[in-house]
Amino acid sequence: MASQGNQQQLPSGILWLRENLFPNWWNALLTVVVVWLLVELVWSLADWVILHAVWGAVDPEGLVPYDEQWRLLLSAAVVVGLVIVTMVRLARGSALAAVWAVGAVFIAVIMWDMVASIETNASPEACRAPEAGACWAVIGDKYRFILFGRYPFDEQWRPLLAMVIFIGLIVFSCLKLAWKPWLALVWAGGLVVCAGLMYGGFWGMRFVNTELWGGLPLTLILSVVSCVLAFPLAIALALGRRSDMPIVRAICVGFIELIRGVPLITVLFMASVMLPLFLPSGVTIDKVLRALVGITLFAAAYLAEVVRGGLQAMPRGQYEAADALGLTYWQKMATVILPQALRSVIPPLVNSFISTFKDTSLVVIISLTDLLLAAKVSTADPLWRPYFVEIYVFVAVIYFIFCFSMSRYSQWLERDLARGQRRDARQKVAVMARSGPEGGGA
Amino acid sequence: MTDVTRPGRPAAGSLLYNRTARAIVYQVVLIATVIAVGWWLVDNTLTNLRQQDIATGFGFLTNRQAGFAISESVIPYNETDTYLRAFIVGLLNTIKVALLGIVLATLLGTVIGIARLSPNWLLRKLSTAYIETIRNIPVLLQLIFWYTILTETLPRPQQALQAFDSVFLSNRGLFLPAPVDALGWWLALLGLLLSIPAVIWFRRVARAHQDRTGEAWPTGLISVGIVVGLGVLGWLAGGAPAAFTSPELQGFNFRGGARVSPEFLALLIGLTLYTAAFIAEIVRSGILAVSHGQTEAAMALGFGRGLTLRLIILPQALRVIVPPMTSQYLNLTKNSSLAIAIGYPDLVSTMNTSLNQTGQAIECIAIAMSVYLAVSLGISLFMNWYNARIALRER
Repeated sequence: MASQGNQQQLPSGILWLRENLFPNWWNALLTVVVVWLLVELVWSLADWVILHAVWGAVDPEGLVPYDEQWRLLLSAAVVVGLVIVTMVRLARGSALAAVWAVGAVFIAVIMWDMVASIETNASPEACRAPEAGACWAVIGDKYRFILFGRYPFDEQWRPLLAMVIFIGLIVFSCLKLAWKPWLALVWAGGLVVCAGLMYGGFWGMRFVNTELWGGLPLTLILSVVSCVLAFPLAIALALGRRSDMPIVRAICVGFIELIRGVPLITVLFMASVMLPLFLPSGVTIDKVLRALVGITLFAAAYLAEVVRGGLQAMPRGQYEAADALGLTYWQKMATVILPQALRSVIPPLVNSFISTFKDTSLVVIISLTDLLLAAKVSTADPLWRPYFVEIYVFVAVIYFIFCFSMSRYSQWLERDLARGQRRDARQKVAVMARSGPEGGGA
Repeated sequence: MTDVTRPGRPAAGSLLYNRTARAIVYQVVLIATVIAVGWWLVDNTLTNLRQQDIATGFGFLTNRQAGFAISESVIPYNETDTYLRAFIVGLLNTIKVALLGIVLATLLGTVIGIARLSPNWLLRKLSTAYIETIRNIPVLLQLIFWYTILTETLPRPQQALQAFDSVFLSNRGLFLPAPVDALGWWLALLGLLLSIPAVIWFRRVARAHQDRTGEAWPTGLISVGIVVGLGVLGWLAGGAPAAFTSPELQGFNFRGGARVSPEFLALLIGLTLYTAAFIAEIVRSGILAVSHGQTEAAMALGFGRGLTLRLIILPQALRVIVPPMTSQYLNLTKNSSLAIAIGYPDLVSTMNTSLNQTGQAIECIAIAMSVYLAVSLGISLFMNWYNARIALRER
């Protein structure tokens, strides 16, 4: 604060430095220490991740050949540039997204040749050199298994296509123009096409049993399909919890609190071990479907609480106005309350979806080969034994990209909705949205 | 409200259009459906169990030997003990990791949450980066990662990393010196436990004294004194034991001292780092929720920085922090069930072993679920009570 007097004389950059990095002596000391640690960390990370990394047996040493290193340096420079553009807020919103997209395409183009050579030349020999850093060659060797599990190798274009459709559906649903009732039809159509692609058995596509499904498509199927199925159930539960009828309310509260009180893993155990016992003898139900039932029930309880938050945040006037018009309960809910309430809870709904996406990794414990188990199995290969860090980093980055982009979308949407309608109810919802699906409690 | 008063309805239809009557019908139908479905499921289950020759009932808990070993336990346990004791061992292991995790995650989360509000730009961005990275990667992946790091990259016991000649870290776990079992330590523990009601009583007395005379005692210092004093008193009363055993390398592993298994360590690290990221956000929003005017008003009244924080900011911030914090504590406890993926013998893990041995899936899963449910509901009730106690009393 001593700088107040000579603020005019100082250029803005130095002023910013003084206020944000050196406001007083202990912060200055802290800054110096943190910068020193960061430089050390970034340097050793860069050394491990890029400079001494083994990208496959491109040359006898296995390190990136001298002639090709410019590709890495250029890519790194582009990434640094993008990060700087983002942090100093040169571009915002869709412009920023476009900048990143252009950067990603650029990197993809300059890296393509090298990556293509990695795929064909992966070998663990080069990684065993004493000065070798990260062994990315292991990814080159294993990525098909990590991404698609034990799905027949020649048919892996089908889960790839299904995955693209899934991601397309998710991105499409993020657009406001798609928030119409017909979105449900689009989803139904998309899911049928994906199921067709995954199962096959027609048009010359080999039939592939769910036992062979795996990797990222399985993770996406489990999280997306269970959320889609859980959504109507959640609305019913939320309405039931706010119903005047005591027995309906008791059943809904009981279900929601039971599920929210236990870990997902016990629900998954129940689905995988007890479900076969519940059904008439002779009826078998496949493993993926069992996991799907478990995750759906679990997600429904959490989604129901989010929907209930939206219902509660609706001003009483809306309920009363609908009653005054003489609408029946279902007319009131379908035409007046739900459209507004659901729209206002979309940000926390997205957060719930992120949680479900992360939670699907628990199917590892009932041994479905999702993205995580595929990675774990890959680390067990004795040939690539010491290089588990690379594999886990690869998978973590995939999870991170999905979750981070969705959480950014949800934050943006929250601000956008709050700006659109500055009314009491909206602000209440925004407060609830901030606490997220994991916050609050009933 | 009801349509009964509307003219022109046929008398016979009035019951059909009566909301109360319809509500009763709906609920009767719902109950009937639930009972019918339940009956069908139970019937199927019993038929299936009979066909597979699986016993039913909870008899196995007390009259069958578990017959499996559990790698670590708080209470004495061996393979000839009953299933009930195996479950209790698992439950205690869950409680052990959850309690430690909650304490550590709260400490780390608070530090990171405050760092997010630091005037230092670098610190702010670093803590944001930490939170975003940790929150967007599944906790199970993190647990498996830490476990693999601890078991694959750490050296064997012969080449263990060591500190002070008595702390050893190897792929068999962390070995620490431990006090030799003696009466004094137990009395010290008793003293520490007794200090809790003593401090509460002292605070009440000090409060009453301040209300009466306006004089404030240094309650913080005296409270610390009571805790330390009673602990030391217990230790002295038990003859002041001072014997420690240090771990020593014998053959391929260490003997003596206390061992922290890599499973436990990985679970604790993973859960702490993961939950701390969520707690940091809660702490940050709690502090931000207290308007700056409160600080300024306190300063204007002559409160110092420490007093402002303790008497003005914290009580108000806690009101915002406590409810979401509770659900984070519950989440940590529930996430500790992922221990099964890395082989730490918690409740779910022992349940799974018992399930595979006895085939009594329903009983085993029911036990695990009801334990978690009881813990969750218990903590929720306690927190509701606490919340009501600290809620804003408007006049």
